[in-house]
Amino acid sequence: MAIQNNGVAASVTHTQPLWLLAEITYRCPLHCAFCYNPTDYDKHTQSELSTEQWINVLRDARKLGALQLGISGGEPLLRDDIEDIVIEAKKLGYYSNLITSGVGLTEKRIQAFKEGGLDHIQLSMHDITEEINNFITNTKTFELKKKVAAMIKSHGYPMVLNVVIHRYNIGHIKEILEMAEALGADYVELANTQYYGWSLVNRNQLMPTKEQIDHAEKVTNEFREKVGNKMKVFFVVPDYFSDRPKKCMNGWGEVFMIVTANGDVLPCHSARVLPNMEFPNVKDKGLMWAWQDSPAFNRYRGDSWMKEPCRTCPEKENDLGGCRCQAFLLSGDAESADPVCSLSPNHHIIEKAIEDAKNPVLQSQPILFRNDKNSKKILSGEANDLIKDFHATP
Amino acid sequence: MTIEHQDILKIAAHHRFQWEEAQQSHVILFPEGMVKLNGSAGEVLSLVDGKNSIDQIISALKEKFKDVEGIEKDILSMIQFALDKAWIEKAN
Repeated sequence: MAIQNNGVAASVTHTQPLWLLAEITYRCPLHCAFCYNPTDYDKHTQSELSTEQWINVLRDARKLGALQLGISGGEPLLRDDIEDIVIEAKKLGYYSNLITSGVGLTEKRIQAFKEGGLDHIQLSMHDITEEINNFITNTKTFELKKKVAAMIKSHGYPMVLNVVIHRYNIGHIKEILEMAEALGADYVELANTQYYGWSLVNRNQLMPTKEQIDHAEKVTNEFREKVGNKMKVFFVVPDYFSDRPKKCMNGWGEVFMIVTANGDVLPCHSARVLPNMEFPNVKDKGLMWAWQDSPAFNRYRGDSWMKEPCRTCPEKENDLGGCRCQAFLLSGDAESADPVCSLSPNHHIIEKAIEDAKNPVLQSQPILFRNDKNSKKILSGEANDLIKDFHATP
Repeated sequence: MTIEHQDILKIAAHHRFQWEEAQQSHVILFPEGMVKLNGSAGEVLSLVDGKNSIDQIISALKEKFKDVEGIEKDILSMIQFALDKAWIEKAN
């Protein structure tokens, strides 16, 4: 816990990062409608860290205590130095995980990853149907994903599948789980869409109904009973449909450290939407300063920043007031309760979003797929009508 | 899964057990998760190496911690717990 003094977060902290997520590039061959990457990612694609800079990040984060490493993106395989990063991760004692769409994973590369000591590969899957897979990712990747799944298995890796759930595939949960079992998956994460980045822009088109979510959870539980210990199935509950918010990132600056493609150091993926915050960059004062001393990392540690109703809420330790980014994006006040909470004075915003998602007119608006052209549109202000309800560019 | 004294155990596939200097504890790492072990769990799992039988683990720890009462029961319940969590598995 951070040491707090008179409402001012002191710079001394006893927390250590346990997870380092390296968002190593924002370039991606897929164009998923639900991507949580920032919609203005295009401005970060020109200044990616070098291999040497990433290796220094790995070393410094390890010294701070990080031991789980996620190599993510974008699509990390678009970089040709993942092999070097994997070798360094192994040397440093990380448990390393490549988070990939599968595009670019060849026999040669997976062999090199195995020899280099990569511990596991998390593959994204989208649906049992080629139509939905290709529609939601805006690419023809259905057959490729099945091939890659088999390749992962044949190299003795645990198979970890991540399936983002939205209106288009939520009716297929049972079939998706059966496909995962047939592919020999060891872990399946059914990740209900969280609304950040591109998925927030496309929220009306992606959000399922409460009934669909309840049904999906029931189907998942039935499948769990049937499959037993052979396959672990996680069902990540969507927070819009809960009474209480999630304990976002397990607490701001408590466990997770994210380093983005251009070297920004963040306590969560979307923190750059927050106003009046200057996030550290690995090129400035180093990771130790970023984690322990930077004003950004200390800003929301502990609970002294909280306003009512969180400040005196008996449940505040459970969720720490939820997500700062969600609070700001939706209400315009980063220090207010996450509007997901039914005790929040802004909860009506969530209720309206749930209602809007049932509106056939809004539902059928065209999806803004995640691609460079659309990111440039967001940056130039051409798509302002799509983000006018939010208090920052998602 | 029940255990016998002659069983030999190892750290489960896709799991890694290691000492963490920054945490001053042993940890188990696996896809999507990690567990920080307390001192006694760390002592037990340090001896789960695919070679020692449960009997050998018990004798080694009895030797190391002579003054601790009821240590055998604690070791067995730790091993059972780790097996149920699938952090370790039978090697024989």
